Amino acid sequence: MTPLHLAHHTVSCCAGDGLEALRLALRNGTSGLRPYRIEGLGTDTWIGEVHGLDDTPLPAPQAGFDCRNNRLARRGLAADGFEDAIRRRIAHHGPRRVGVVLGTSTSGILSTELAYRQRASEGGPLPSSLNYRGSHSTYSLADFVRTWLAIEGPAYVVSTACSSSAKAYAAAARLIHAGLIDAALVGGVDSLCFTTLHGFASLELTSPEPCRPYDAARSGISIGEAAAFAFLERPADSLDADAVLLLGCGESSDAYHMSSPHPEGLGARLAMEGALAQAGLDTADIDYINLHGTATPNNDSAEGHAVASLFGTRVAASSTKGVTGHTLGAAGALEISISAVALAEGLLPGSVHTRKLDPSIPIDYVLASRDAPLNRAMSNSFGFGGSNCSVIIGRAG
Amino acid sequence: MSAPVSLSAWIEGVGLIAPGLPDWAHGAAVLAGRDAHLLAPSVLPAPMVLPPNERRRASRVVRVALASGLAALEQAGMAPSGVAAVFAASTADGHNCHALCETLASSDQRVSPTRFHNSLHNTPAGYWSIATGAMAASQSLCASDASFAAGLIETLVQIHATNAPCVLIAYDAEYPEPLASLRPIPDAAGISLALGPRPSPRSLARLDIRLGDGAATRLGTPSLETLRTAIPALRGLPLLEALASARGGELNLEYLAPLSLHLTLSPC
Repeated sequence: MTPLHLAHHTVSCCAGDGLEALRLALRNGTSGLRPYRIEGLGTDTWIGEVHGLDDTPLPAPQAGFDCRNNRLARRGLAADGFEDAIRRRIAHHGPRRVGVVLGTSTSGILSTELAYRQRASEGGPLPSSLNYRGSHSTYSLADFVRTWLAIEGPAYVVSTACSSSAKAYAAAARLIHAGLIDAALVGGVDSLCFTTLHGFASLELTSPEPCRPYDAARSGISIGEAAAFAFLERPADSLDADAVLLLGCGESSDAYHMSSPHPEGLGARLAMEGALAQAGLDTADIDYINLHGTATPNNDSAEGHAVASLFGTRVAASSTKGVTGHTLGAAGALEISISAVALAEGLLPGSVHTRKLDPSIPIDYVLASRDAPLNRAMSNSFGFGGSNCSVIIGRAG
Repeated sequence: MSAPVSLSAWIEGVGLIAPGLPDWAHGAAVLAGRDAHLLAPSVLPAPMVLPPNERRRASRVVRVALASGLAALEQAGMAPSGVAAVFAASTADGHNCHALCETLASSDQRVSPTRFHNSLHNTPAGYWSIATGAMAASQSLCASDASFAAGLIETLVQIHATNAPCVLIAYDAEYPEPLASLRPIPDAAGISLALGPRPSPRSLARLDIRLGDGAATRLGTPSLETLRTAIPALRGLPLLEALASARGGELNLEYLAPLSLHLTLSPC
């Protein structure tokens, strides 16, 4: 694949707003997770919440889109001056030549969950304030962002559970390479809701402690929320050495089980091989792997074995979900941004909360953050339904 | 300004399930005007490709997606295990969503694990790959009422990128009340297109698409036009009408304002 330029990117997550907060959390190993009781279940877990969303409704022209997920999207767009920068890029390319491809798993379903609770306590119909199209609809995220930024090009939401926003990168790159657009706003936004908190608890996949990826005693995920955005375009003739390029994406299906990964990580391996093939790279060309690493026993085992079978112990790898939590449909884009920060900083991010590595997974797992020269990184994202995506990015120089 | 970019593919097979259009053979006769359109609820066959347990529990979105997708590939003579798939729908399983929200609003808030994984937008894609053994990439996307055109674009873009066949599986199904009042979709329906990068002896037509801004093509039969606008997946019916009547030509599918999707259909 011809490389594309991540001309701008930014994130908002429980570690803070913007790349500087993220960089500090990664370098210092600070976790944004905090304890949380799932009311109604009495289940104790930890979550990665973005604070202040309850007090920041969308302004009047976009009030129809108001919901937690779109508030988080707006919060993300505002970080790092991202919105101002890409408004200039949109004007440069022309609004019809810019696409919007974003990932989410649950969109604004929280609004409907709360409306059902109000209906249950008061009887009668759903409250008239519930706007299906602006909140609940899977597309509402891209609808809001496209409207907010007055983009007029092709758009859609990718919703493949926890691989959603990684696959958004792959899909946007295809649209650019097919010539339908010249640039794309890509990324993902997923926000806390009862469906995922209760759903993962029902599968006994939420951890009672902060998640411990690849730990021998790992006990499940810490659900987080995040907005992560990037602006993809064809690279200029000359780029700074620090510029980050999208080099390749690989996608596959497990064809195995709806909520368990293939035990040997066969689908995960296919996705990683696909990304290497599209980038025209060999395993030796990768300097860091940001693992999906959710900290469930099955996921880390399956992914770890796939990584070990492909890379052996030659490549440093870590999961950063101890810092951010598992941000589900936003995880792909969030962790591509984390990988981009790692490349720009020359930083191998450590694995917060992981204490004793699982000895049955033979990979070079990074426990404590350290400096290292990095040229290329792979980010893995795997979702329910057996949906897998690996993305490779690299420094321009 | 340079000419708009056009992408092309060959239609190798069609799957159709809609109210009064039980499959592509019967639906084509109706769309071509040879048979009358008699409104009847969509018939969703049990997905025989799933194991008995899963088959019994398969939701309406899973049934319509699998049945129409497999029909398209069968007509195309393509083995499902080797074909990339694009699933396009305006939402996930509405009945499951309602049941989940009711549970979360009740005194006993324990949800079933099956309800949870069936709440995903990509549940049909997951069952599809499990049923067919397809380990190729599959996409699950949503663009609300524009989901059919969005899926068709993604399918042709994938064919452009891989030079390999790809199947579009566009489907939707209804919500129960009270959500049905907010998002009225009258029934389940699906349109699937098995598309290839080059002509074959089975090719039905060549399809060229480009972004435009012409008004969406309407259907002449009022009951069909009502379906086109009532069920997002059936925004693709004008394409099937042109294919059924073997006349080809140019048409526009509804997409995201200010865009529409301009199609040129050339029968083989």
